[in-house]
Amino acid sequence: MTAIASSSSLTDNPSCSDWIDLSRDAVVVLKTGKVEIGQGITTALVQIAADELDVAPESIELISGHTALGPLEAGTSSSLSIETGGRAVRLAASAVRAIVLAEAAKLLQAPPESLAVEQGRIIVSGRETDLTYWSLAPSIDLEAQVLDHARPKEPAERRLVGTSMPRIDLKAKAAGAGFIHDIELPGLLHGRVLDPPASGRRLEAFDEAALKAAFPSVQVVRDGSFVGVIAEREDVAVRAIERARRLATWSEGFQVPALMREAIAADSAEPEIVVEKGDVTAAEGRTITTEIERPYIAHASIAPSCAIATWRDDTLEIRSHSQAVHDMRAPLAKALGIDAGNVVVIHAAGAGTYGHSGQDDVAYEAALLARTVPGRPVRVLWSRAADFSLAPLGPGAIVRAEAKVDAGGRIAALTIQSQSQAHVSRPGRGGTINLVAAERLAVPMEKGSPPDVPLARGGGADRNAMPLYAIPNVHVSKRILRDLPYRTSALRALGGYANIFAIETLMDDIAASVGADPVAFRLEHLDDPRARAVITKAAEMAGWPGPTVQGEALGIGFNQYKNRSAYCAVVARVVCDERVRLTHAWAAVDAGEAINPDGIINQIEGGIIQSASWTLKERVNFDGDAVTTRDWEAYPILSFSETPEIKVSLIVRPELPGLGVGETATGPTAAAIGNAVHRALGIRVRTLPITRDAILAASI
Amino acid sequence: MDAIELHVNGQKFGVHADPDTPLLYVLRNDLGLKGTRAGCVEGQCLSCTVLIEGRPQTACMVPVGAVAGQNVETVESLVGEGASHPLIDSVLKEQAGQCGYCLAGILMRAKALLDREPAPSRSDIATALDGHLCRCGAHVRILRAIERAAQAGSARA
Repeated sequence: MTAIASSSSLTDNPSCSDWIDLSRDAVVVLKTGKVEIGQGITTALVQIAADELDVAPESIELISGHTALGPLEAGTSSSLSIETGGRAVRLAASAVRAIVLAEAAKLLQAPPESLAVEQGRIIVSGRETDLTYWSLAPSIDLEAQVLDHARPKEPAERRLVGTSMPRIDLKAKAAGAGFIHDIELPGLLHGRVLDPPASGRRLEAFDEAALKAAFPSVQVVRDGSFVGVIAEREDVAVRAIERARRLATWSEGFQVPALMREAIAADSAEPEIVVEKGDVTAAEGRTITTEIERPYIAHASIAPSCAIATWRDDTLEIRSHSQAVHDMRAPLAKALGIDAGNVVVIHAAGAGTYGHSGQDDVAYEAALLARTVPGRPVRVLWSRAADFSLAPLGPGAIVRAEAKVDAGGRIAALTIQSQSQAHVSRPGRGGTINLVAAERLAVPMEKGSPPDVPLARGGGADRNAMPLYAIPNVHVSKRILRDLPYRTSALRALGGYANIFAIETLMDDIAASVGADPVAFRLEHLDDPRARAVITKAAEMAGWPGPTVQGEALGIGFNQYKNRSAYCAVVARVVCDERVRLTHAWAAVDAGEAINPDGIINQIEGGIIQSASWTLKERVNFDGDAVTTRDWEAYPILSFSETPEIKVSLIVRPELPGLGVGETATGPTAAAIGNAVHRALGIRVRTLPITRDAILAASI
Repeated sequence: MDAIELHVNGQKFGVHADPDTPLLYVLRNDLGLKGTRAGCVEGQCLSCTVLIEGRPQTACMVPVGAVAGQNVETVESLVGEGASHPLIDSVLKEQAGQCGYCLAGILMRAKALLDREPAPSRSDIATALDGHLCRCGAHVRILRAIERAAQAGSARA
């Protein structure tokens, strides 16, 4: 028997009972540490478990992201939930089935191979028996190790996996009480927090007495520069915090170079070498360079960050839409001066955030407020302005790349350097706290400076900086800026967005310089058949190279996310008139086994639209240390009228591991748009977003 | 304080609230109708869109006192007793959402559109939805779902 590939999620949660509970009749309780953030993971996990257990998906009840009742898995991020969380569920469910069947075989005195399961009922040689998972549950040991019993089905035996089962959570989210914002709890109070103009500012004066006099029914909580209010009615809490805003005077900010290029150049950070392959200096050839600039980008969730906290004696219960329900406990506990074992975090859905926004920050603030009203839950909801200006941003970046092209028109060397603030600073990372309110307390807590994500874990600033193309000499480095005051953290694809934009637009520039077709040129530099297949497919879907009309063209972009996850090629069609319009996008994707094909297509469509929005429209603005982008009017995103037609084609490989698809379309879409604009206008825009002004600036 | 009489989804309610209170909080917290979403609460994302006398308005910007006695429709009216509105069925058939937070407001805008124009073109639908923000990029599916609902509606009529 070949060894079964394990999952890192099983390391800390090795028993069947960590994942599955059969103690309630006719119900399979499936437990996961991965959480629903709009990507459909809970539906996919139910499909996987139902298939392995041979039960109806309706009989599965999910516990997701509950630190007291479920497995403690790493956060829901980095497009890893199917790869690790899904794999763990598959192995655990298969192990439970195997253990139950072994017990049934004993009782029925039947050979194990004559047994099957239908809807949880044991079948022997095609005949029903009285035995079920639930009748056998008392006599089996679910403490058994998953890896000792796991026997996942062969791809051909799967029934639900590979089908587009509808999302289990969508109806409540469309028209019911589907969100953390909607949870009713007995005695629930409403909290609001006073926003500083920027994350490091201190309160210089605050007329607390005036606030209390105006709102006698409101409880005011103050610790240093942290001010919050608690009220029985939400509208009263909102009015009180609006009044508090007018009673507060904040410390002045400070200037930083307004131009990102200058700020990045002035930073004290040293470059670090990430990959050295061959010798780029010794390689010979004609030099072609690019330098691209990506602005700071907001997560810009439709719903501001929200949390509910309840204290009972020394224990704290948090309801949160954090992606890292397990990992947030230690920094929360440290910031609150309690033991991490006394913090229970229960996930509840928020609106999509596509990375680390204010979810964890607001949980801490709810805990600070709720501590003053023990036993009563307090829900805190951030303002729209706080979500834009205090939550971490996707960091701005400058990426420089230089290629050497040999006499035969092949790329002999590529040097690339990515420069930005850290891409991941979730609370707890590298021992840091990084909860924005902790900096405002009377005794402030240093937020600390987390290390960038190492390449072994997919990289941060250097994510996808290593080209997948067959280039003999490659030098990759990064420079993680330390002096800029902005809060930055994980946003979809991390550095991969800017790095793929740089690499893929440079590929087109090189192809043009040797008179090669961009698609053919990429294929000449790719050995990986899966990479070649998605590029070929996307080009075919789009009718590559398309007609040559002034102001209209196709462009292509490609990546394998993290150089190890899903492959994605995107062809964009743009029409450039008074602005750039993305009219069509065609994507080909290889994510190995597809658990839920429509779920994958939905993620790719969303990835394309969001990346198009970043690439064509989005930029966060600053005045010194303060974010001046504070509402939707200042931060337009792609509208319904601007929505392109999108076609997605999946190359499904049931025999290969399923790969996450949440982030694989992000970089290729940006590059495809940039390349289409270049082919349409002959202008290479290197400063994002590609607005009319950026095109004019690039054309001078 | 006298009760404010509200007509929501065909039902009458008496609400004790300051007349300046945004309708959004009254719907969600006093009437328990959680389907109307709190988004920006500044009238910019349109996620809290409800119908007042058939016209789409952002519940965060309307004081409850201003809608006393007027007909208010929320997303719950689309999933009320009996069969769901074709818009709900179409959203589920097209799997037209990811996080889903923008959907309730969009569905109410779409209902107003279909009530007025039972067979809108794709571009009529897109234009009607402009201003509604969707961050997940479910736009293509949402447009398709509303087209599907329009077809279902005209097939029924």
